[in-house]
Amino acid sequence: MPDVVLNNILKTYNKGEIKAVDDVSFSVKDGELFGLIGPDGAGKTSIFRILTTLLLPDSGTATVNGFDIVKEYKSIRKKVGYMPGKFSLYQDLTVEENLNLFATVFDTTIKENYDLIRDIYVQIEPFKDRRAGKLSGGMKQKLALCCALVHRPKVLFLDEPTTGVDTVSRKEFWEMLKRLKQQGITILVSTPYMDEATLCERIALIQNGKIMSIDTPQNIIKQFPEKLFAIKSNSMSRLLHDLRNNRHIKSCFAFGEYHHITFENNSETESNQLIQDLHLQNHKEITLKHINPTIEDCFINLMN
Amino acid sequence: MTTEVVIKTDKLTKRYGDFIAANEITFEVYSGEIFGFLGANGAGKTTAMKMLCGLSTPSSGDATIAGFDIYSQTENIKKNIGYMSQKFSLYEDLTVVENINFFGGIYGMSDQNLKFKKDNLIETLGMQKEAKKLVGSLPLGWKQKLAFSVAVLHEPKIVFLDEPTGGVDPVTRRQFWDLIYAASDSGITIFVTTHYMDEAEYCDRISIMVDGKIKAMGSPAELKKTYGKPDMDGVFTYLARQATRSGD
Repeated sequence: MPDVVLNNILKTYNKGEIKAVDDVSFSVKDGELFGLIGPDGAGKTSIFRILTTLLLPDSGTATVNGFDIVKEYKSIRKKVGYMPGKFSLYQDLTVEENLNLFATVFDTTIKENYDLIRDIYVQIEPFKDRRAGKLSGGMKQKLALCCALVHRPKVLFLDEPTTGVDTVSRKEFWEMLKRLKQQGITILVSTPYMDEATLCERIALIQNGKIMSIDTPQNIIKQFPEKLFAIKSNSMSRLLHDLRNNRHIKSCFAFGEYHHITFENNSETESNQLIQDLHLQNHKEITLKHINPTIEDCFINLMN
Repeated sequence: MTTEVVIKTDKLTKRYGDFIAANEITFEVYSGEIFGFLGANGAGKTTAMKMLCGLSTPSSGDATIAGFDIYSQTENIKKNIGYMSQKFSLYEDLTVVENINFFGGIYGMSDQNLKFKKDNLIETLGMQKEAKKLVGSLPLGWKQKLAFSVAVLHEPKIVFLDEPTGGVDPVTRRQFWDLIYAASDSGITIFVTTHYMDEAEYCDRISIMVDGKIKAMGSPAELKKTYGKPDMDGVFTYLARQATRSGD
């Protein structure tokens, strides 16, 4: 049986007015690194709170590590580690005190599972006497992860662990997750950063409480229905405007150095005509090339 | 973009005891420019931004913001800038219209000008139906677009944006940059921080802070060339990994 199973989970707020989680079903295999990818307000946190038995769904069923989220919630709580999106440790306790507290609550010691947290803990150990509230963002994140791991959970829930974190620290965090996965821990992680999707084994793209697609990142990219091109010129903001108003263009989005475009009819002649049009509009140094989509391209495509 | 300088700093420094959060930072930003202010967590971005907004007194060094001195004319600075962040920008318990009225009032806009701008803003954002709704009930993407429009309502010379697009969906994130481009075209200088490296590419120029110092500055193309990296993520990662202080 997969470690996490959701069947038609529905969660509404404001007397049904807001559907935060709308008929969501998916499963996370034993030992899998699974990503919930979507913007703020997509329903990610509600799903995490339901699975960690902190919130009851309106309808639908779910199990974690084989236990029912409603009837067997106490068993689940012993088996899971949860790092909420908002820093939720005791600010007035020191680093070491926080970790000790969580170990004691789960009837274990730091020593017993030290091998699991060692890699992460050594980075914050120099500050072990500092109060958690006085730690920097990156350090808080590492302490929270240690506290979620100290009882050697079977399933780890990480709600937006990298939000607001710079790109270098984000890369380091994902390296840590890979090592935890090797220890056999099932990981469900959420992120609003689309570039992190490719670091997961499978992902669910979620928007407005609904899952738009579930698959490996590679398969989701393969399913992109159009031919995608990248284009640039000497005047990128004007190019964006001109592309949007060009009759051959179906979609056009800024993607850093290039704009990504698809054509109305997916035909070769259109790209030649487009370049002619752009020359007439006084664009210089035009580069147009066929590219593979990113997860962000797929997400945008599914949103429309 | 003109060559009129709207932000000029000279060895601007902020110390907290032994800790030098911002260490002799010197740069200029031109009128109408989109200036990306990058750095890893703890590199000193927030400290520098607070000084530039007139909210924190430097330990040493000089700066003028929109022509005003950073020590003696902070009130003038505040009147001539706009500010928005991901965390706080609008009052959630006030409606869209109430927020606009409030911030317009704070910046001393005339009733007539405020009414004109307000109608204009609501129409541009297509928020006629939401005008009387509480801001707290709006989706994040709408909030952020509204917050930006409110931050430039009084036509400031410079607008400071602190991670304005964090957590926003990919389509809204791009619509947000349309607003930034439009403001820049109208002559407002954009000073923006972001963790999205694709957004760094949209800036005219970028500075990258490491351990309190500005390590690199230039257009995205120049920086990629200088450091021999294919994209801004490569440049940023290369520089940020050189940090020695265990930051934020």
